[in-house]
Amino acid sequence: MSLLEAVNMALDYEMSRDPNVVVLGEDVAENGGVFRATQGLKQKFGFKRVMDTPLAEAMIGGVAVGMAAQGLRPVAEFQFQGFVFPAMEHIVCHAARLRNRTRGRLSCPLVYRAPFGGGIHAPEHHSESVEALFAHTPGLQVVIPSSPQRAYGLLLAAIRSNDPVMFFEPKRIYRTVKSSVENNGLALPLGQSFVLKAGRDITLVTWGALVVEAMQAATQMADQGIDIEVIDLASIKPIDMATILQSLRKTGRLLVVHEAVKTCGVGAELLARVAEEGMCLLKAPPVRLTGFDTVMPYAKNEAYNLISVGDIVEKSAQLMEDW
Amino acid sequence: MGEMLRYLALDGTSVKDWSTVMSSAYLLKLYQHMVLVRLYDKKAIALQRTGQLGTYPSHLGAEAIGIGTGAALEDHDTLIPYYRDMPVQWMRGVSMTHNLLYWGGDERGSDFPSLSGDFPFCVPIATQCTHAVGVATAMKLRHQRSAVLVNLGDGATSKGDFSESINLAGVWQLPVVFVINNNQWAISVPRKLQSAALTLIDKAKGAGIPGVSVDGNDVIAVYDSVKEALQRARRGLGATVIEMHSYRLSDHTTADDASRYRPEEELKAAWQAEPLLRLKQYLINARLWTDSKQHEWEQSCGRVIEDAVAQYHATMPQAPESAFDHLYAELPQELHQQRDALIQKAMRMEADNDG
Repeated sequence: MSLLEAVNMALDYEMSRDPNVVVLGEDVAENGGVFRATQGLKQKFGFKRVMDTPLAEAMIGGVAVGMAAQGLRPVAEFQFQGFVFPAMEHIVCHAARLRNRTRGRLSCPLVYRAPFGGGIHAPEHHSESVEALFAHTPGLQVVIPSSPQRAYGLLLAAIRSNDPVMFFEPKRIYRTVKSSVENNGLALPLGQSFVLKAGRDITLVTWGALVVEAMQAATQMADQGIDIEVIDLASIKPIDMATILQSLRKTGRLLVVHEAVKTCGVGAELLARVAEEGMCLLKAPPVRLTGFDTVMPYAKNEAYNLISVGDIVEKSAQLMEDW
Repeated sequence: MGEMLRYLALDGTSVKDWSTVMSSAYLLKLYQHMVLVRLYDKKAIALQRTGQLGTYPSHLGAEAIGIGTGAALEDHDTLIPYYRDMPVQWMRGVSMTHNLLYWGGDERGSDFPSLSGDFPFCVPIATQCTHAVGVATAMKLRHQRSAVLVNLGDGATSKGDFSESINLAGVWQLPVVFVINNNQWAISVPRKLQSAALTLIDKAKGAGIPGVSVDGNDVIAVYDSVKEALQRARRGLGATVIEMHSYRLSDHTTADDASRYRPEEELKAAWQAEPLLRLKQYLINARLWTDSKQHEWEQSCGRVIEDAVAQYHATMPQAPESAFDHLYAELPQELHQQRDALIQKAMRMEADNDG
């Protein structure tokens, strides 16, 4: 099963289980979403629970707030993360704050879903990774799955959460990463990382599509006798520092890899937290391998900005050589 | 501008039969509420001027809109207010103390008892319109015979959120009433610089929903138009946009000085059309009210307001760590340390103050 199919299966499961769950967005009903993440849901649950909205992202962001305050559990789709910006005011000023503003009288149990990241030769504004913008906002949770199994379990958790969740789906691996997923309705915990491969030399933290390159790099490095522990951060906010620090106790070396721009990215936060909470665990300065601080190039030059297996191998080898 | 719904002329004479709209006794009740909230407004400004309240947006001149819409709502409806809506909230059972807490900088001002999930004040302009259509969607999905009322100013109609919301309300035939308080000024920008549309309800036409033009200083017209629109919404007939023609007699907020941009003659003329004057005149002419009753009522309003102010002053401050306590349903582990740090800091600050 693909990651995309797992998203669809989680939506289907939760809509069947909880009549308060509704799906809304542009093209989500009849067309099943531009990537087909909501395919078949309208046929099964009807237009009343799978709603094609007019083309208006600010409105989609705000409508979900109104619905959620009434006890529905809306899952609103933005077709691409680059189209979330008109709705930022609603996400940041309202969804993230309603519980706090009303001292818990009202809340926003909703999910904003959006495919994100580069690598599919998409047009301008379709390839950004702006998870840090949302991680910066108190009141939000930010979740990024990297496999079908985690997409299923984390999306269930996001829908069941009593607070707003930004759920960003790495579209580059929507169809390329496959695994079997049991449709058992079991949610994975939010706020928790996943150790994908144990290792003793380097702690490599990444998330989303780059988990694929990270695992391949770890395999290549193993051939050179360097043992990398790969952690899928999965939950960008709140961050599971315990798992990272635990890993650093073994390895003493941290490499954070993300597609998003370097400055004020989530990697910066992780390095700062390790410096504050785990400095004495380190044998080497923690390092980042990130996207450049540039606008994501259009399709023809996109590959220069994406992080390859070779980049990770090189950075890991350097980290071992220097320290 | 087209026809504008109005029952009372400026001199307090009745220009249209309103006997089927409400009783005289009810009208008197509404007048009394209008007097009360005007006196409250005056008090709130005095509190701000003496440093006892933060920035405060006066509703002077909007009493008919607030009291009329609040009266037209039913308990099971939902109110999505903007920041100038203390009178509507008052009619929904929100205490003056809550309003003082809100403008005094205490989040508990939005934690008022509410029968139907009324929203807190919305400060970002027009964003509340989208929330209203969301609430209305939920009501429609659940086949509730309820409606949503959302208030906004004339400036808010320039924002995409308003257009996107009325558009959706039209497409999905939602049970929502948009009430525009066209008080002619969005801080310093006059209505004519806000939109080239002849009337603001012209915008409703583009969304395929009806627009109604109302004298917003005439509480009978306000009540009647809102009640009808709400009933229409509850019957499943869809949304309405109502433009209430009014005038902001005050500054935008206590942080603003309207004399810098607003012509004095215009303000003088607006005072002739204000909502309490004509209604009082009507009630006196109809022998329902007298100057001495007015005096007595103002005295009793004063006591209600002073009680609310006393309660406001007597309210124990929120615990500093409450900034964390309502951020999430369950505080993430990583924030516990920050919460503890805040408590330590607060204790140090209090110790310093005591010392």
